Amino acid sequence: MIEARGLARRFTARGRNVEAVRGVDIDVAAGELVGFLGPNGAGKTTTLRMLTTLLKPTAGEATVGGCDLRTDPLGVRKRIGYVAQGGGTAPECRIAEELELQGRLYGLSRAAARRRGAELIERLDLAGLDQRLTKTLSGGQRRRLDIALSLIHSPGLIFFDEPTTGLDPQSRANLWDHIRRLRTEQGATVFLTTHYLDEADALCDRILVIDNGGIVAEGTPDSLKATVSGDGVTIDVPAGRAAEAAEIAGRLAGAHEVTAVDSTVRFRVPRGDTALPELVRALDAGGIAMTAMQVHRPTLDDVFLTLTGRSLRDAEAGAPAGRAEMTAQV
Amino acid sequence: MVRDTWLIFRRDLALSLRNPAWIMLGIMQPLLYLVLFGPLMEKVVSSTPGFPPGSSWTILTPALIVQLALFSASFAGFSLLTDYRNGVLERLRVTPASRTGLLLGKVGNNAVQTVAQAVLITVLAYLVFGLDAPVGGVLLSLVIVALTAVTLASASYAVALTIRNEQAFPALLNAVLMPVLLLSGILLPITSILAPGWLYTLSRINPFTHVVDAERASFRGDFTFGGLFSGAMILVVMAVLAVWWGARTFQRENA
Repeated sequence: MIEARGLARRFTARGRNVEAVRGVDIDVAAGELVGFLGPNGAGKTTTLRMLTTLLKPTAGEATVGGCDLRTDPLGVRKRIGYVAQGGGTAPECRIAEELELQGRLYGLSRAAARRRGAELIERLDLAGLDQRLTKTLSGGQRRRLDIALSLIHSPGLIFFDEPTTGLDPQSRANLWDHIRRLRTEQGATVFLTTHYLDEADALCDRILVIDNGGIVAEGTPDSLKATVSGDGVTIDVPAGRAAEAAEIAGRLAGAHEVTAVDSTVRFRVPRGDTALPELVRALDAGGIAMTAMQVHRPTLDDVFLTLTGRSLRDAEAGAPAGRAEMTAQV
Repeated sequence: MVRDTWLIFRRDLALSLRNPAWIMLGIMQPLLYLVLFGPLMEKVVSSTPGFPPGSSWTILTPALIVQLALFSASFAGFSLLTDYRNGVLERLRVTPASRTGLLLGKVGNNAVQTVAQAVLITVLAYLVFGLDAPVGGVLLSLVIVALTAVTLASASYAVALTIRNEQAFPALLNAVLMPVLLLSGILLPITSILAPGWLYTLSRINPFTHVVDAERASFRGDFTFGGLFSGAMILVVMAVLAVWWGARTFQRENA
């Protein structure tokens, strides 16, 4: 469905060249659900805007939905749906009107556009809201309307840019269901960008990790998390005992990356949940009273740190200023 | 493209009609000039040499209609910036809809609105102040106003999409519109007798002066070559250029 080779985009701002995307290769097969993961400013949105014909690549080739991005952008537009990060509804418009206009712009007759709109209103749990102005909708409802708008012409390929940014957990889970159903119910291919690992994990068959305009890793969520070897464990011990505690922790099977700073000890083990009881007993035997402990499963931050040597937060602090993107909440 | 133009036109018109208060607010300024400034002109016009022929109302009303077009259509780009901020523009641009159609539909709505406002002003001047103008002339003046609105709205969209800044846009417009307004002799005609030479020359360079002249000529029923030709020609050329500019901006890849 998507085949991109060396796709690149350079912006010129105040005489300075900024390489937003530096030659990415992307392959997405029909029916796949693929996530594009990376910090803000990494080039996710720019890549997506190129693939959806909103931005011309400065280099590279791509076919999207079987049509060449350069020579047949109209063909691409007819075959894709796009849900932008900030949505795309006019506040003073009614839901039914927006859907009808969208359908008609894709060439449907008025009757067909209305029929299809009504169908999507049902499917996306917007029943009874068709005469409401879009500005009166909740964030989750509005996002579902954005999805309905992108589906009006039954595209085989749908792009989502940060689909759940700014949504509450419930709306988020609900939206994930809708995205999954696009594939199970209509066999659509989905390409989404996200900076939440749990989202990529929950939805995607495959993840491309992008940083600084280039793809730095690619794989299933599990294989990516496996690159971060094991769970992170953090324990607090009384002052002065950190070195001893670190030594004890280092004796656990598979423990590595052990560090002790002040009274905090950090390390990694393959299975945090099974390692902890053993650690508690060992520390107890050594006469060290632990004051706090924490185990965390590998997160995007960890994956990212392992892949790039930088933490996700550092990466975002270094991202080009003035980007209209939200700060990551990882 | 025609179909897309029609679809966007209908949508924009429906949205404008949802808030008719804005259309009324749009004519407040020319309306105030008509009511609070127009009566002052009556004696001035009859006792001062150098004014164009016709009564003070046939001089002022057509000019106020051009002023209306100048101001209401020039701010059209503002709504485009709102669409841009809301993501509506981008959503429309991912559809196969013709980009020129998107522009023309919007421009069409601006033209229709401006003409409706012009009709209101003319009817008011006719009913309240006894404006005396031939029907044919008034109809022709509405065509001129529609073309003026098309010109200004297209240019406004092109500028808005180029600078993409909701703060800078109105500031820029005001900076451009005030001199254009004053130099086109809308409130007091800038004739060779009334104005000093340099001011007269400046006003002749301003294309909208000629539009105002043509509008005045059609209001007094002067359909001669000298009365209408230069204004009409200049307006048609400006309209073509502005639409071309707007369409080009709409078609640009990352507009």
